[in-house]
Amino acid sequence: MRIEAHPILGTRSVKETISITVDDRTILAQQGDTIAAAMLAEGFRVCRHTSRTGEPRGVFCGIGQCTDCVMQVNGVPNIRTCITEVEEGMEIRTQVGVGRWEASHE
Amino acid sequence: MNDSKIDLLVIGAGPAGLGAAIEAAKRGVKVLVVDENAKPGGQLFKQIHKFFGSKEHMAGTRGFTIGEMLLEQAREYGVMVMLNTLAWGFFANNVVVVKQHDQSYSIQAKKVVLATGATENTLSFKGCTKPGVMTAGAAQTLINLSRVTPGEKILMVGTGNVGLIVSYQLMQAGAQVVGILDAAPVVGGYDVHANKIRKAHVPFYLGHTVVEALGKEEVIGASIAPVDCNFKPLEKEGFFVECDTICLAVGLSPRLDLALNAGCPSTYEPLLGGSMPWHDQRMRSMEDVYVAGDVAGIEEASTALEEGKLAGVAVADELGLLAKEEQGVIYEEIQSRLDKLRSGLYGDKRRQAKLDLIERGCTR
Repeated sequence: MRIEAHPILGTRSVKETISITVDDRTILAQQGDTIAAAMLAEGFRVCRHTSRTGEPRGVFCGIGQCTDCVMQVNGVPNIRTCITEVEEGMEIRTQVGVGRWEASHE
Repeated sequence: MNDSKIDLLVIGAGPAGLGAAIEAAKRGVKVLVVDENAKPGGQLFKQIHKFFGSKEHMAGTRGFTIGEMLLEQAREYGVMVMLNTLAWGFFANNVVVVKQHDQSYSIQAKKVVLATGATENTLSFKGCTKPGVMTAGAAQTLINLSRVTPGEKILMVGTGNVGLIVSYQLMQAGAQVVGILDAAPVVGGYDVHANKIRKAHVPFYLGHTVVEALGKEEVIGASIAPVDCNFKPLEKEGFFVECDTICLAVGLSPRLDLALNAGCPSTYEPLLGGSMPWHDQRMRSMEDVYVAGDVAGIEEASTALEEGKLAGVAVADELGLLAKEEQGVIYEEIQSRLDKLRSGLYGDKRRQAKLDLIERGCTR
């Protein structure tokens, strides 16, 4: 959920709204959001599934160290969503294992 | 590959790295700072609380304001900062290879300050890998930088200052903290932080641990239980706590991969977060290489800043740029500020640990 009013940080400044897709579902994000934050604001918490047991994984360290939150972004797998900012029209997909490259990037 | 040669390369643009860069640059050292993040400041910009200490430590000032002041000073003294730049290898003759936007560069510097910070520790329990279990730092980044709550009902694990401060900040962000637990029988952090949470009637489960994070795809609750005198959970006495997020505030460890890569001698200091590069009284770890901040032992941001300043001054000194009237005096000034920060119940222990490690000398 987005934090609208905050006792120290004040009211949230409205930034340009952009749209991205997560597994083909369109969601609205704010300019400057990280992918992970934009997803969490809309209640998406699963970033990927592990290769052998298919267990779900989500944001863990939030600062790009642990790589638990990696996803396929615009056809490129293993992008750390907690430190990558959204861009208009970005296509984000949950990935399995180490993910795969879309044909256009091979 | 482009090559460049500079006086001082600082790795990490947090309080320690910026402190080192500013002190060196203001004495005429040509400084380049690299940081893997998109924005400088390290973890300062998510610290929305007022800092402790005295006036000279900028006490009463919020973390993000200190970050802005440091960036302003760095600009003023002409410090170059390369962002989105990951330092991934430390080679012979002080050559550090960095990667920025899929392009690698080798940078050779006369001196290097490693200010790589720390990594949050994790805790192993059943279901600890489920989405919804995250470090307290991750939750703090989300609420204070991204302005998004990680969930609605939070269970905090750990009552050290990080666990207490982040719990309070989660409440300020509008989330509900359903409980805060610690395996230890007493609260680890300062009363001033704990009292704010007590006032909000958040239950403290002292002498308890998490047995399992429950939920199929995501966390929907936690099973927690008291621990015996060996910190083993008494599972039969376990109970359910409804929550959608479990935050882990179980300490930090120095992020020392690059220091080891550089060949810094390492030492194990339980009071300073475990394995860390050894350093002398001027933060020098080995010839031409300095360490400062959390990588040189886990403390807090004000101490990191002072350690960085110490390293920056020492670099200027070694390069022959320390003014005669500053010789000796400047080190005493910084050391005295560090000593003041390292006072009190926990501070004294850390001060002693630092003294011991310096006195022991480099054992390699």
